[in-house]
Amino acid sequence: MDPSALAPAPDNAEDAHAIDAEAVNAKARRQLYAKRQAIHPKLAHGPFRTLKWEAMIVLLAIYYITPWLRWDRGVGRPDQAVLVDFEGRRFYFFFIELWPQEVYYITGLLVLAALGIFLSSALFGRVWCGYACPQTVWTDLYIHVERLIEGDRNARLRLANAPFSRRKIGKKVAKHAAWLIIAAATGGAWVFYFADAPSLLHDLFTGAAAPSAYLFVGVLTFTTYVLAGTMREQVCTYMCPWPRIQAAMIDKDALSVTYRRDRGEPRGSHKRGQSWELRGDCIDCRQCIAVCPQGIDIRDGDQLECINCALCIDACDDVMAKVDRPKGLIAYDSYANIARRLEGEKHTRYRLIRPRTVLYGVLMAIVAAIMIYGLATRHSLDINVIRDRSPPFVRLADGSLRNDYALKLMNKSDRPRRVAISVEGLDGAHLQAARLDAQGRAIATAEADSVTTVRVHVVAPNRVPEGSNRLRFSISDLETGETAESASAFLAGGSL
Amino acid sequence: MTKRERDHVSGTETTGHEWDGLRELDTPLPRWWLHVFYATIAIAIVYWILMPAWPIGNGYTKGVLGWSDRANVARDLQALEAGRAAMFQRFATATAADIANDPALQEFARAAGESVFGDNCRTCHGAGGAGAPGYPVLADDVWIWGGSIADIEHTLRVGIRSDHPQARMSAMPAFGRDRLLTSQEIGDVTEFVISISSANARLNADANAASRGATVYAQQCALCHGGAGAGDRTLGAPSLRDDVWLYGASRDEIRRQVELGRGGVMPAWEQRFDAGTLRALAYYVHDLGGGEPDATPPQASPAEAAPVQQSALR
Repeated sequence: MDPSALAPAPDNAEDAHAIDAEAVNAKARRQLYAKRQAIHPKLAHGPFRTLKWEAMIVLLAIYYITPWLRWDRGVGRPDQAVLVDFEGRRFYFFFIELWPQEVYYITGLLVLAALGIFLSSALFGRVWCGYACPQTVWTDLYIHVERLIEGDRNARLRLANAPFSRRKIGKKVAKHAAWLIIAAATGGAWVFYFADAPSLLHDLFTGAAAPSAYLFVGVLTFTTYVLAGTMREQVCTYMCPWPRIQAAMIDKDALSVTYRRDRGEPRGSHKRGQSWELRGDCIDCRQCIAVCPQGIDIRDGDQLECINCALCIDACDDVMAKVDRPKGLIAYDSYANIARRLEGEKHTRYRLIRPRTVLYGVLMAIVAAIMIYGLATRHSLDINVIRDRSPPFVRLADGSLRNDYALKLMNKSDRPRRVAISVEGLDGAHLQAARLDAQGRAIATAEADSVTTVRVHVVAPNRVPEGSNRLRFSISDLETGETAESASAFLAGGSL
Repeated sequence: MTKRERDHVSGTETTGHEWDGLRELDTPLPRWWLHVFYATIAIAIVYWILMPAWPIGNGYTKGVLGWSDRANVARDLQALEAGRAAMFQRFATATAADIANDPALQEFARAAGESVFGDNCRTCHGAGGAGAPGYPVLADDVWIWGGSIADIEHTLRVGIRSDHPQARMSAMPAFGRDRLLTSQEIGDVTEFVISISSANARLNADANAASRGATVYAQQCALCHGGAGAGDRTLGAPSLRDDVWLYGASRDEIRRQVELGRGGVMPAWEQRFDAGTLRALAYYVHDLGGGEPDATPPQASPAEAAPVQQSALR
């Protein structure tokens, strides 16, 4: 392909594709304490930019649409598919309804998320940072808005350096207003996860919503505006722990966005028609720097500031095509490959299946299997026993001993259930309660979707050994036969 | 005078202090931090104007918002009492059957009763009615004056050996201290009492002494405690047949009670609690585990007819 057919006629033949871009966060310029310098990333075009647009649309859609999905749970129950109901102490997720004591499912999800991020790092480096992190997604969106209002890199640079004028003020005001609207929509969407979305939306605008709703909308509006609008790459560099953890996660075989210095060096400007002998493919055009939202120079190597968004790959591939060199001077590659090529090997080898990636995968499968098993075999009926501690036991007129218990009957179904309570495991013990059936079982009603407290007494003969004796309470649903049981103790004081 | 100089690495001035060759940089505070600091000063001034802040003499600056924790507490308490009043009223007029059929009423009674019990009764009777020597266990099924809700409520109202005109009164003679019986006779009657009680299994009464004691018992004790030791609740005479002893369960302690005839005092609570609170308390004690069924619905009493004057939860 003739590069001149694609490239615009250069004013300066010597620097055909060069751009005047400084990596403000380049390694050589970094200081311990420095004032932030604005970064004006140029729009990149290419498969990775497209992938980022797609990821952004999908992720934002998930975030904004999820609270509006409906899920029928019957009369009197919330019909929101995903709802964190703090007041009612329930977490609804489609067909799953979790109680506060089942928060270990959330723990499981967090473990899965952690392992997932380990696995993705071991395979493809910081793909989370580059595509899926909310900071990346919202910053990308904010930069896009900025680009729509103020223009691309060069226009923005000119505007930034221009003296204050009506036009400049107008653009700035428009940009910040658009940012604030996005920020408010972000905070606004957040609170919908915690209350019925349609009625909350109405309440938010009529001033009838809870003060905490406005507070959270306000806080998230502020953080979104500040983090995505004004702090951007500083969040990744100074605030986020992940870039530090990253060092431990990436090994020599992990793919990450890499400048292939074995191929690029020695770099230097290149005139059309010049020979490519005895020089690297990097023409030092600085397009990779111009598109970088982090303001770094990828050619400095792997670095904490790099979020692996791969936009420099798109930018460089464009240029490589124009100068008629193979693509992939910057590409997803590993340390191992670079070392191999520097030693003269030709082939690029990708080792995605390695002990650690297999281990992460197996661990994820195990955690997921445990969670699915737990959910599938989850009981809708459960019992907790709380033994009264004072008095520890009571001696009755006939010499027998009594212990008192509060039974918490948990009914996770949406209808009241009649249950029979029985006590087992202690010789001669029998129940005392308001209602007993012919077999000496206490009959109680466990209210729908709640915890019902039933007080029962257990009476045992005087021969019960002194000290703490084991016993078990079990409940069974009189209709379905579903059972649950819980262990407790029976205290006896022995002889007087 | 310290010498200020510029650190050539960072370009920042030093404070001029030096320790073992180490010098301290005089790095300025970050600007945002300084702004936050000024903002807190400004907020403090606004706070002084709005809220109670400075002590002056034996008072304090009240602040223009009129905030007062004391008034807030009083208001909250009032609201709480107003919220509970209806339930207490309902409870005061409820019959035993009403309570048995109304779980909401039971739960309220249990909670209210527990709270009042904790504040007023627990000191002597122990948490959960665990009892202590001289202070009856309320959680068991042994009752001196009766264990129905009505009986318990009556005991609560008038007290035992209290200054209430209708107080439940009983007096066991101090057979030893007042020299009504000889030491030998007291020993004998103690053996007899053990022999007719469940305590015989562990204390093994002396058969000879017990048979001598039987005569003494018939003359001195049977009038109140009954010929067979079953006790009499109308007189407040405890049963001697079980193995529950108010003043201790050892042979010596049983003997000591015959010698001293001790009897505790329970205050009358009629003047202190409104009818609803009394009923809730009675329900709570009854519900501790040993409550007995009501023979007849509780009688209307002057206390029930009286208006609710004060809440026990104050």
